[in-house]
Amino acid sequence: MFLAFYFQLRAHGLKVSPTEWLSLMEAVARGFDRANLQTFYGLARSLLVKREGHYDAFDRAFAAAFEGVDRAAPITDELLAWLDQPIPMKDLSDDEIAQLKAMDLETLREQLLQRLKEQKERHDGGSHWVGTGGTSPFGQGGRHPQGVKVGDAGGGGRSAVALAGERRYQNLRSDRVLDTRSMGAALRKLRKLAREQGPEELDVDESIDRSAREAEIELVFRPPKKNRVKLLLLFDVGGSMDPYAQLCERLFSAAHQASHFAAKKTYFFHNCVYDRLSTDMQRNIGVPTADVLKDIDATWTVIFVGDAWMSPHELHGDGNYFSYGKSTTPGIEWLRRFAQKARAVAWLNPERPHIWGAPTVRDVRRVVPMFELTLDGLDRAVDHLRGARRVELPG
Amino acid sequence: MTTTTTPTFSGTADYLAAPDLTDAVNVAIALEKPLLLKGEPGTGKTRLAEAVAAQLGMKLLSWNIKSTSKAKDGLYVYDTVARLNDARFGDHDVRDIARYIKFGPLGRSFIGDERVVLLIDEIDKADLEFPNDLLHELDRMSFVVDETGETHTAKQRPIVIITSNNEKELPDAFLRRCVFHYISFPDEAQMKAIVKVHHPDVQEQLLQTALLRFYWLRKQPDVRKRPSTSEFIDWIAALMKTGVPLERLEKEIPFVGLLLKKESDVQQLVNMKDTSRGFRM
Repeated sequence: MFLAFYFQLRAHGLKVSPTEWLSLMEAVARGFDRANLQTFYGLARSLLVKREGHYDAFDRAFAAAFEGVDRAAPITDELLAWLDQPIPMKDLSDDEIAQLKAMDLETLREQLLQRLKEQKERHDGGSHWVGTGGTSPFGQGGRHPQGVKVGDAGGGGRSAVALAGERRYQNLRSDRVLDTRSMGAALRKLRKLAREQGPEELDVDESIDRSAREAEIELVFRPPKKNRVKLLLLFDVGGSMDPYAQLCERLFSAAHQASHFAAKKTYFFHNCVYDRLSTDMQRNIGVPTADVLKDIDATWTVIFVGDAWMSPHELHGDGNYFSYGKSTTPGIEWLRRFAQKARAVAWLNPERPHIWGAPTVRDVRRVVPMFELTLDGLDRAVDHLRGARRVELPG
Repeated sequence: MTTTTTPTFSGTADYLAAPDLTDAVNVAIALEKPLLLKGEPGTGKTRLAEAVAAQLGMKLLSWNIKSTSKAKDGLYVYDTVARLNDARFGDHDVRDIARYIKFGPLGRSFIGDERVVLLIDEIDKADLEFPNDLLHELDRMSFVVDETGETHTAKQRPIVIITSNNEKELPDAFLRRCVFHYISFPDEAQMKAIVKVHHPDVQEQLLQTALLRFYWLRKQPDVRKRPSTSEFIDWIAALMKTGVPLERLEKEIPFVGLLLKKESDVQQLVNMKDTSRGFRM
């Protein structure tokens, strides 16, 4: 069961390092689980899981491993057995195994044996040893592994497994879509600071440097650092994007609130970019796409937001299907032009990646790198746009 | 059990800590690892450090992180400008560099004779690499002052409590070394206990109704900035002071400005007024 827990954690995508695993064992050996499965649950979580986004995966792994178990006492026996034979963890890398070997397993073993001995003696003495830790092993009084029931001594004493099974942390998962604040935090990373012309300010570091070298106090002035990144946001609105209106609105307001861009512009389109971009979709006010494109240069970053979901002729056809008249440039060609002129482009798609195989989505992805509109996706998009981690276009 | 040899935290009279939180604190102390706390604003992350220090009778050193904070500043700052100034105008002996070394909170937590609680508040505000820069010092519990060549080793390992508001992801190497705890928002029973700490003479009926309103408000998907514990406590204070009749509270949310701090959120609530799920203000 103990090892099963380890494998369940891995199976649920939690990369537990040997150091963390050993910390847990040390804590168990020193009695911090108080032979109580609920305490063990909290203990394991605080030592093995370091992001609340992973709490849900941990809950599922825990429920799977400890199904039908109602106390942690057998864990100590299993731990002892494991310490006798510590390397059956097949999927460890060589590095991790080396790390594991370097650890002081013998001390851990002794600690554990000592604890088991104390446990026996006290038990023989007639007092129920676990009780001295202040908790009964059977979760009496509705003890919550996560919370308290302050002033509510009744309670049903639900088991840790049942609680883990409730999956209370589902909405903390990191693949969730984002709110304005986290979007703003992600967008902030797009900053690129550089000095430009402007009013000067005292450069303290340089002044000190110069003064030290010249042995005279020298004051150096120069223009402050300014962010040079300019942001163009293009939103797909209406039609199949309607379910994502609120999400897009959040991204829009995050970008709108961001004060750190040298310039930013937002336009809307429907389905794909054609010869006109809209500034107000409802009143159908727009500007020629060519004019927008003219202002774009290598200081601009372009982000498209949309599901890239349309029929193929709406992407590759000449754009006559939409109300803007005599366009002869297909949508895909406009995307290509933006991609060529801007410093970097990215496409944020609110749809789940498993349907990105659709023909038009696939074609758009060949021109503009696509990322899911979630916290992870936005982070990766920003990394790509900064040039920190470029994403190659699929062939 | 060996836990008796290390100090144990159990929560204080004015800080109610959930058992899993006190467990996390005690494990962090015993295993000598930093405790990383996350959670919604107002769930008492910073106050936990104060409570730990108060209960264990230790001094609290706070290091409030800003976007410009550097890991080294926490250890010490070499005041070159003062030294330069003294060299030109002062009558101090500028050859003694140690005079110009000012220890930061992290540095002071190492060099003191007493064991202290070190709070590194809002670590996510700093540069992305900041947590990694701290790793070495937190692991070894010693640092070198480059300018003087002196090594300072912690006489007493401080209890390190770190808070984060999730503005930035923290690096894996850093996370691996921490004990992590996410403070969930208190449920109604916990909230009741918390309110009673602050307002011991609150009327049961009033509290019950107020709790209903409060959790209803937090559940509204359109509310962007959900009201937190401290806002609820202030609101209760206002309700008690003004003696709002219970019948009114059952129908409306008086002083909604104490709970909702965003114009758009208040507006949302007004919009809901016409629908059956809303309350009047």
